Amino acid sequence: MQWETVIGLEVHAQLATQSKIFSGASTAYGAEPNTQACNVDLGLPGVLPVLNKEAVRMAVKFGVAIGAEVASRSVFARKNYFYPDLPKGYQISQMELPIVGIGSLTIDLEAGESKVVGITRAHLEEDAGKSLHEDFHGMTGIDLNRAGTPLLEIVSEPDMRSAAEAVAYAKKIHALVRYIEICDGNMAEGSFRCDANVSVRPKGQEALGTRAELKNLNSFRFLEKAINLEVERQIDIIESGGRVVQETRLYDADRNETRSMRSKEEANDYRYFPDPDLLPVELDEVFINEIRATLPELPDEKRQRFESDYALSQQDAMVLTASRELADYYEAVVAAAKSDPKIAANWVSGELAAALNRDAIDITNSPVTAELLAGLLTRIADQTISGKIAKQVFEAMWQGEGDADAVIETKGLKQITDSGAIEKLVDDVVINNPKQAEQYRSGKDKLFGFFVGQVMKETKGKANPQQVNELLKKRLAQD
Amino acid sequence: MHNKSMTELAAGLRVGDYSSVELTQYFLDRIQQLDSGLNSFVTVCANEALSAAQAADVQLQTGQAGLLTGIPIAHKDIFCTQGIRTTCGSKMLENFVSPYDATVVARLKAAGVVNLGKTNMDEFAMGSSNETSYYGPVCNPWDTETVPGGSSGGSAACVAARLAPAATGTDTGGSIRQPAALCGITGLKPTYGRVSRYGMIAFASSLDQAGPMTTSAADAAIMLQVMAGFDERDSTSAEQPVPDYSAGLEDDLTGLKIGLPKEYFGEGLDNAVAQSIDEAIAEYRKLGAEVVEISLPNTHLAVPTYYVVAPAECSSNLSRFDGVRYGHRCEDPTDLEDLYKRSRAEGFGDEVKRRILIGTYALSAGYYDAYYLKAQKIRHLISDDFTQAFKQVDVIMGPTTPDSGFRMGERADDPVSMYLSDIYTIAVNLAGLPGISIPAALANGKPAGLQIIGNYFAEAKLLNVAHRLQMATDYHQAAPANIEQ
Repeated sequence: MQWETVIGLEVHAQLATQSKIFSGASTAYGAEPNTQACNVDLGLPGVLPVLNKEAVRMAVKFGVAIGAEVASRSVFARKNYFYPDLPKGYQISQMELPIVGIGSLTIDLEAGESKVVGITRAHLEEDAGKSLHEDFHGMTGIDLNRAGTPLLEIVSEPDMRSAAEAVAYAKKIHALVRYIEICDGNMAEGSFRCDANVSVRPKGQEALGTRAELKNLNSFRFLEKAINLEVERQIDIIESGGRVVQETRLYDADRNETRSMRSKEEANDYRYFPDPDLLPVELDEVFINEIRATLPELPDEKRQRFESDYALSQQDAMVLTASRELADYYEAVVAAAKSDPKIAANWVSGELAAALNRDAIDITNSPVTAELLAGLLTRIADQTISGKIAKQVFEAMWQGEGDADAVIETKGLKQITDSGAIEKLVDDVVINNPKQAEQYRSGKDKLFGFFVGQVMKETKGKANPQQVNELLKKRLAQD
Repeated sequence: MHNKSMTELAAGLRVGDYSSVELTQYFLDRIQQLDSGLNSFVTVCANEALSAAQAADVQLQTGQAGLLTGIPIAHKDIFCTQGIRTTCGSKMLENFVSPYDATVVARLKAAGVVNLGKTNMDEFAMGSSNETSYYGPVCNPWDTETVPGGSSGGSAACVAARLAPAATGTDTGGSIRQPAALCGITGLKPTYGRVSRYGMIAFASSLDQAGPMTTSAADAAIMLQVMAGFDERDSTSAEQPVPDYSAGLEDDLTGLKIGLPKEYFGEGLDNAVAQSIDEAIAEYRKLGAEVVEISLPNTHLAVPTYYVVAPAECSSNLSRFDGVRYGHRCEDPTDLEDLYKRSRAEGFGDEVKRRILIGTYALSAGYYDAYYLKAQKIRHLISDDFTQAFKQVDVIMGPTTPDSGFRMGERADDPVSMYLSDIYTIAVNLAGLPGISIPAALANGKPAGLQIIGNYFAEAKLLNVAHRLQMATDYHQAAPANIEQ
């Protein structure tokens, strides 16, 4: 039997507001437990929520970015359940009338293909606190710093057909929320979290299979692994004659397994009803259009512009527009360097990306700034140094040894372009290696590289490679 | 001294007949001597009151005093008071000391008012007799065998017994007006949103409203002046400007159109109470008002609608009392489930549990549409009744309660008969309108309340209409006999 996987994702993006969604407490991450929980966050008797307008603006920004309908009237509702890190005994969320309605997102798949994924809705809600189970000797500690942090829950249609598609979608949402600056996207700190609804069905069948909701997927890699595990698990169950039950499953990254958290029967009846403490959110066209006007260039638009403005391949453009910071860096390099944008692209997505990755540094903190890299590329373009030497210069710049010119100067890396001098070296190398010259001339073409290498060795790589090639060819053609 | 109005007391403070400390001590002494027979206070805060009075005296001496500076009052124990425990009439909050002041408390404090203590109330404001308080029932000073009404029974009884010149109250379905009526005082429930709910422990958020409980409409005007106004901490508070509530108190009532809803004078209304109301209406005619009969056809739906909406909201509002962060926690919980179940089972009384259960049921999957949604629709119909009525009349009048109260324990086992004591007050909360209860002539020696209902934000009109009756009659000056020291 051939199986088809069906996946829908729920993304929780913490909105990058200064204060919480219903109180004035700070949302900064990492403070001492319970130091950023005010009376409202603690759910003290008598306190009331007041909506943070900035959270509304950010939600609307997301809505217009995905071309969704932004609701002229949305309503906060209470989702009632008991849990120690939920101080009021209910979460303020949106149920029947979310702030963002139907929209869509185009995801990029391998081999240049793309796919449109439907977005059902996005709604505002408050985050819960955290239960800390370690270090409390059989008790549980509660940290309410996170309680009340604004969340935008983005719900997709069950449009994805593989873990790879789910990851592509999650990455696209991730890039988008960072582009429009509504979420810092930090998955390790929980600013961006994914839940996946996964089911399988025989290929060709229209009705959806029973789904499991996977939670605790705090990296794209875990998302992919957990979905693949779950798909296998479900297929195994069905093929061995069993039935998949609707449940919530928790992914354990250490054991690389999912395990049941609660079944549908144990699920809460959340008793949603409109929160009488908050007025409906009413937005007019003027407000929505004002926010639309603040939208930056979005990833897809930017990619297309990169392809046409800089004559980049789709692949290169996609890599460089993966984040707004990377794209900005690239454009700064191109603007400052007297260099081919394609070469700049190779350097940014090659040498620079590798170094950032190696040292786990964010591009905004790169020791080689866009200006520094542009300086280096300019020196390649004007033939002061070769591309190969440039890698040495780059490494020195990475270590903080100054800009390209300074490094070239101190290390004496300036390219030798004096054809007289190169001619002399070529001459010496050919004379000192008569055996190889003989073999070359009798047809062993591969030995050409040997002579180039010898010249480069003599000049410590500084000779202009093109000139070396030309002069060597000429010299070896002689007797 | 205890029979003086707030205005008179304020004048006395100004001319130096007595200091705020003396005044405060005077009422503290009365509380000490008389409250053992009434149980109207849960907490008396003598030390805090006297030091606030001292501060007030400094302000009075240095000419920085406002109208209410140095006047002692009492707060219903539903308002959070920083540093003074706030029990909400429940075992659940027996040891709860709020780290902050409710907006109402903060505003009165800023106006120089001295807080004598916290008054007894039905547990979490759920009750109409003050019998559901964990701190024991409150006695009606007119007859200690009978109930003072509820849920602001402590506030009503202490003002009626002149243990405090005034008190704050809250009204979700009649909790200011009904006890005011049964204790023979003046109690105003403002328009929903007129007074901030911040720091007032929520029972039913879409219905709760705080208001003054006083011995006269003129005093209610002074107190509301301080309590009312937009609060950025309460999204449901109105941004409407606050008028001068005392300015038009004496305005002439000639041509005032009073509507008498026929549904408020039908079956179930006690004859003696009906007679007192008729007398009051006759006084209004003398004052130049015109009286017409009107109809509020959905009145009979008010009580059932209320008993879906209010419990639904309360079931959610009271979820925060879980034994985790504050309030009662059971001994040695075996696990989380046990902690929740026992803390709540032990901390809440029967009436609160009854309403949580009703509300949870009404919001449950499969029942939501039939109960909560339906109730909300009926709520609109009830509001529409009033909207129609106010096209014809300026104010609506009728009895506040169907009778002049009942003996303690009489209705304790019959929740429906208890719920019906609010039959004339509940619709006003569902519509969000302002209503005031003022004493009419005694009915067989017992207080009877005249309810006056106004259009949205028409508090000034209500106070004017109430005050004119109090100028023309001495109904509001009747006081229980046994309150003299």
